[in-house]
Amino acid sequence: MDYGTFFLIASMEGAVQAAVLALTALGLSLVFGVMRVVNVAHGEFYMLGAVIAYWVSSQISGSPLLGFMAALILSPLLVGVLAAVADRLILKRLNYDPEATIVATIGLLYILQQAALTLHGPVPTAVAAPFDFYVRFPGFGYSGYKLFVIVACIALMLGTWFLLAKTRIGLVMRATQYDRETAQAFGIPVDRVYAGVFALGAALAAIAAVLIVPTQQAYYLMGGDPLLLSFIVVIIGGLGSLRGTVVAAILIGMSDGIISTLFEPTLAKMIATALVALVLVFRPTGLFGTVAR
Amino acid sequence: MNRILGLHVGVIALLLALHFVLPDYHHVSLARILVLTVYALGYNLLFGYTGLLSLGHALFFAAGLYGAGMSMQAYGWTAGPGFLFGFSCAVLMALGIGLLALRTAGVSFMIVTLMFSQVGYLTTLYFNEHTRGDEGFVIPLELRQVFSIDLSVEDTRYLAALALFAVAVLIKLAIVRSPTGRILVAIRENEERTRMLGYDPFRYKLTALVLSGAFAGASGAAYGILFGYVGASFASIQYSILPLLYVLMGGVGTVLGPLVGTVAMFYLIDIASGLTSAYLFFVGAALVILILVAPKGILGSIRDRWARWLP
Repeated sequence: MDYGTFFLIASMEGAVQAAVLALTALGLSLVFGVMRVVNVAHGEFYMLGAVIAYWVSSQISGSPLLGFMAALILSPLLVGVLAAVADRLILKRLNYDPEATIVATIGLLYILQQAALTLHGPVPTAVAAPFDFYVRFPGFGYSGYKLFVIVACIALMLGTWFLLAKTRIGLVMRATQYDRETAQAFGIPVDRVYAGVFALGAALAAIAAVLIVPTQQAYYLMGGDPLLLSFIVVIIGGLGSLRGTVVAAILIGMSDGIISTLFEPTLAKMIATALVALVLVFRPTGLFGTVAR
Repeated sequence: MNRILGLHVGVIALLLALHFVLPDYHHVSLARILVLTVYALGYNLLFGYTGLLSLGHALFFAAGLYGAGMSMQAYGWTAGPGFLFGFSCAVLMALGIGLLALRTAGVSFMIVTLMFSQVGYLTTLYFNEHTRGDEGFVIPLELRQVFSIDLSVEDTRYLAALALFAVAVLIKLAIVRSPTGRILVAIRENEERTRMLGYDPFRYKLTALVLSGAFAGASGAAYGILFGYVGASFASIQYSILPLLYVLMGGVGTVLGPLVGTVAMFYLIDIASGLTSAYLFFVGAALVILILVAPKGILGSIRDRWARWLP
């Protein structure tokens, strides 16, 4: 295989990773933007999405497509409900204090991880792809499912953008983000908006996981990497800026995909993490962010 | 003042008395607890007194641990020089990280410290031909001694841990009761007002971070020397969360709280992992319940109710 083809495959892998990462990070960014909550358990919602996808598709035997469709609906729904319950039971009572919610979501992380370990087991399990065909490119074939993942992620992000920018629900969310007290005074049910945003953020992570899990495996520790990468993306993109998040996800996802096929993954991660920490130190608003009000 | 000093000396004396009566199993556990308490004491100085929540203290703990372990193994040093080297590594690390991370505040500070410590963890994995990565290495038995006192034996190990704890707790008491300690609390309560009064918050926050890192480094170095094992898991995020958990449990912003919290948490995990393999569940539940019900922890609540004088 010549170098050009190899590079092309590496960038395809990067594009898949960028798409999934953008969707996951969008959830984290949304929660931080509206609620000012740093959700450390975000990676575990992702992991739950994948584990539930495995569980649902193993219940529906026969057609992998049917199982996949069921998982695509059920998994984000269940994870979203769980997140809304967590918001009501824990975050609301902490009055969304930034430090207290970090501690609480760390606790949530351990609880969810342990629950997955106990109920799902320590063994990574594979989920069948809903369809199986290869797209022929000159010189190599590429999994059609992975191309579908990219398209689906883009569609979902456009859907989220439409929800936020063009609908009444989005308007209410943006109003709450802009000024919580005034929104409340205008009769917006801020509590319900917060629960909804937290659920939506978690559901986005879960959908991303359902989409990617047929190319990977469902595993109780799989939440760590997406969490760290999402953090990186949200910071580079500017805390709270959704557009920045998507741009940064494409940047980081592509380069991570390419770098880790060409270099050693641990070294790549080391350099990326250090660089991001330095970005946050010297450019606290991120590369695309605006000054926080 | 005498009452406060009496209490702390009394606690140290009690721990010394326990040395002679405790059964073997608890004797070993308590030695471990005392070393980890030193870590939590330092963490509380930053979190409880200065109001800075770091999610990357494992970096300083690991700097002490690896500094001691690797220098002893490479140069054949005994425990004394090894400890000092590990301790210095942690102090320098805290100074360097502090100069960078303290430019940020609040949520950014937490994430930056988390990321620096993640870099540290990945470093221990990447250079695994020297650190032996996840697997870790054992410090040779014959090096774990100071002035030809063998620190790997149970009795001396407990006494060494207690000595470290006693020194740490008295230093901490002195710090929090000193003018510097008062300024740290002032920064926690209102940084802007402290600045207006003419103090430089950055300098004091850096002092607190370096002191806190020094405690963590002393604890890490002692942990390696006393228990003989150095591994990457000590640099992982979990070891950054542990002191937070100990402090939250025992009492944020109290001198003896970390001891209470470490004992309580250590035995909670110990008992839980005897009953079920799902001990992480208890760690998570403890964090959530504590932050919801008693954000001030055991000793903090006692201070509010009955003993206002507790430092």
